[in-house]
Formats: sequence, structure tokens, C-alpha cells
Amino acid sequence: MTKEKNKVLLKVENVGLLKNDKWLVKDVSLEIKRGEIVTLIGPNGSGKSTTAKIALGIHKKIEGKVQKFTDKIGYVPQKISIDWTLPIRVIDFMLLTEKLTNDQINASLNLTGVDHLKNKNLSNLSGGEFQRVLIARAIAKKPDLLVLDEPVQGVDFKGEVALYELIKKISEELSCGILLISHDLHVVMSATDFVVCLNGHVCCSGTPQVVAKNEQYLQLFGDRASKVLSLYEHKHDHTHAQDGTIKRTNN
Amino acid sequence: MLDDFFIRALLAGIGIALITGPLGCFVVWRRLSFFAGTLAHSAFLGVTMAVFFQISIAFSVFAISSVIAIMLLKLQKDTKLPSDALLGLLAHSSLAVGLVVVGFLTSIRFDIMGLLFGDILAVNQNDLLFIWIGGAIILLILKMIWKPLFASTVNHELAEAEGMNPDKMNAIFTILMAAIIAISIKIVGLLLITGMLIIPAATARNISSNPQQMIKLSILGGLMSVLIGLFSSLELNTASGPSIITAALILFCLSLIKFKKYSELKK
Repeated sequence: MTKEKNKVLLKVENVGLLKNDKWLVKDVSLEIKRGEIVTLIGPNGSGKSTTAKIALGIHKKIEGKVQKFTDKIGYVPQKISIDWTLPIRVIDFMLLTEKLTNDQINASLNLTGVDHLKNKNLSNLSGGEFQRVLIARAIAKKPDLLVLDEPVQGVDFKGEVALYELIKKISEELSCGILLISHDLHVVMSATDFVVCLNGHVCCSGTPQVVAKNEQYLQLFGDRASKVLSLYEHKHDHTHAQDGTIKRTNN
Repeated sequence: MLDDFFIRALLAGIGIALITGPLGCFVVWRRLSFFAGTLAHSAFLGVTMAVFFQISIAFSVFAISSVIAIMLLKLQKDTKLPSDALLGLLAHSSLAVGLVVVGFLTSIRFDIMGLLFGDILAVNQNDLLFIWIGGAIILLILKMIWKPLFASTVNHELAEAEGMNPDKMNAIFTILMAAIIAISIKIVGLLLITGMLIIPAATARNISSNPQQMIKLSILGGLMSVLIGLFSSLELNTASGPSIITAALILFCLSLIKFKKYSELKK
């Protein structure tokens, strides 16, 4: 497969899911291209995970159309429970959907910092460790499309920053497309190419700069949103001199 | 040599143990023990139907089991009843209907005990051929779908997202279950086949730390149960099918000792 940039990997058109007479999501459209990070944001229950699952084909009885242009998909689900009746080690889990060499497994576990857990049983891992294994498994197969649903939950703050950096690096190295679900507006606004703000429907979408200025977005996220906005979009009304003193610039 | 009834019984038992070992692991992992039991119960109806319509027993058992499996899926979708209630409903109603059908078969002598508990010592060369060829096909299919089946056992959504077709795997696995029941009903009987599926796998679970190991130990446990069970049934003059399951139970109890030690070590 050619690795040309901007090739569309996934196209979701006007999808909706009706459950118990209630629309979980409705009229959602989005597109993910190679080398692009698309982020879904929105409050709890706004249909972020549902949208990702529709895109992945997990929810089947849907309205609208989903087109996948690749089969090499890596998925980090938001919730996953492994049954205690199944004796499964990290290394078995890494090989779940893909044939990998030992080197590939080691390299991937190394990237997320859990190579020492390779022969441990999954049921003995902590939440944060398991989350890192989940990410390692999804990237080990060098997917064309990565779908990450709250990938850093349960990971300590230092690890969180490192993992987001890793995700960015992977998107550049593999030039894969990434669909990211995150509640962390700070990260979203700095590392994303395209943001879709959901609230049952697409409330607004566009580049982070465009979304951050959108009124509906500001209403949904309130104060926090404007703070994030100011972090990235604040006007420079001053410069610093060599010794650090502030020099006002005149408009 | 093969006309010796005991050798035939051994070969039949070994063949069954080789198939129930890996299939049983999946039954335990997927929490399908009760489902396996229901399919086995419905086999009774299958046998009576076979006698009634004068068709092959294995084919009839396989067909009825498959129909019951499909009915279960449909009922799960269309009703709000929990799965265990539906399974109980199907298991006992198919058993009851089977017994009613037996009432119509007064002209034929019907070996109900043999059906319930199996009659491994009456296995003939055709049965042996059937077990080994059928078993080879089941194992071959299992090997071919191992990866997607295992992935969908670990996590349905993950498997679906990454193109492993879990729904298709579930369907194939159900067919394999119906097939093993059809093959082994004459050997261990419909009340004991579930035991043959579950007990060696449960034993293996206690002493294994990864899936491959569990499957190997499950096969080993099944083989040992067959050997110990058959030889002791010969020695003690006990029923062969129940003796095999009792041997499996003893192995399970032994594995508990190991498991206890293992868990203490981890603490």
C-alpha cells in the first residue's frame, strides 16, 4: 500500500445510532486521512466512544455510511475487561490479532515503557500498566489507522505527557491516521490537526483554532475552554527585553 | 488387534479426549458450560428423531443441536429473558419432547441408559473411523480459526475493530460444539459429554499460566482420564463413561493442591 499523505483512510457520513428510542449520536460525519490526528471532544454521554465504535464497525445497526479504506487498524478501547478464567500473559495479548516477531513486541513494549512486564499475567497488571500494554499492542502492528479512546486514563501525569508525545511521534513515523478521544483539552488543542466537538451531534468542527473560537464550544466547555484558548491563542501585546523586563508594544 | 473391544474403546476415548481438550478450554473461557450442557440435552431429542425417521444418529444430533443453538440466538434477541433461563428452557423442553417421542417408539427397544451415559465398550470400527475423521476435521478447523477465535474470546469489540469477524467465529464455534456432541454421544453419553469438555479444561486452568499451556494440559488431562477411567472400569467392573468422568474429577482435585500452592507463592 502506498504511504502517500492525505489519502483518506476512513470516511463516516451522516451516521446515527438509535438505542431504546433515543439517538445516542445523530448526523455525525468525519474523515481521517493519513498523517492526520482527528480528535473527538465533548461532555460525558455526548457519543464520543459510540462514534468511534460506529467508525470501527463495532456497532452495526446504524444509519448512514461508514467506508474503511484499510484493514490495518489498531484500537485502544476505553473499557476492556479480561476474564480471570483466561490465563493470558502480556506477550500472548500482544499477538492477539497480528503475527509479530519477538523484536517487534519488545520494541513496542519498550516505547510505552512496559517491556519488563512481557511475561507477566494480564490479571496482575495495574490499571496504568495495562493501559500502556493496550497502547503498545495497538501500535505494534504498525497500523494505518489508530483509534485511541481515552488512551492515557489511569496513567500518572508524567507518563501521560510522554504517551501523548509518543502518539504524535507515531503518527509522524508511521504516517498513519489517528482518531483520538480525549477529554484533555490542553492536549487536544496543541497536538491535533482537526477537532470534532460532539454533543449527540457534531456541535462544531475544524482546526483547533477554529473550534476554540466557536461559541457552542465555549458554551459546552465554559471557563476551561477559554483558558485553553488563551494558552494557545493569546495575543502578544508585549515583548521581553534581554534582561526579562517587559516592553509594551503599541498597536 | 482392532477387533478387541477394549482396544477400540481406548482408541475411541483417546480420539474424544484430543478434541474435547482444546474445545473445552474455549467452553470454559467463553463461559459456555451451560450452553454445552443444553446442546448435549438436545442431543437426546436428536437421537429419538433419528430413530423415528430412520436417519443417521450423528447427523440428526448435529442438526437438532444446530437448530437449538439458532433458536437460542433468536430468543436472546427477541425476549428480555436472561440467557441462563433460556438455556434451561431449551435444555429441559428438548429433553421432555425427546422422551415423549420415545413413547411413540414402542416397537423399538431403546437403550436410554446407553444414551445418557454412553457405551464406550460397544464401539465398532465404523464408530472409530467416524470419531477420528470427524475429530481431525474439527481440530483442523479449530487450528485454522485459532487466532480470530481466540481474539474474539478475549474481547469481542477489539476483535471486531481489528477485522477478526467475531460473530462469524461464534457461529463456527457453535457448529464445532454441535459436531463434538454428535461424535461423542455414543462414547460418554449426553449427560457426561459436558463433563468431558469442562473438567479437564478446569483442571488445566488451575495449573497453567498461558493459553497454549492450558490447551496442552487440558488434552493431557483428558487422555489420562480416559486411560485411568477405562482401565479401572475393567478392573472394578464399573460403567466406563462414569469411570472416565470420575477419573477426570480426581485429577481436578489433585490440581487444586497445586493451585493452592501456586496462589500462595504469588502472595
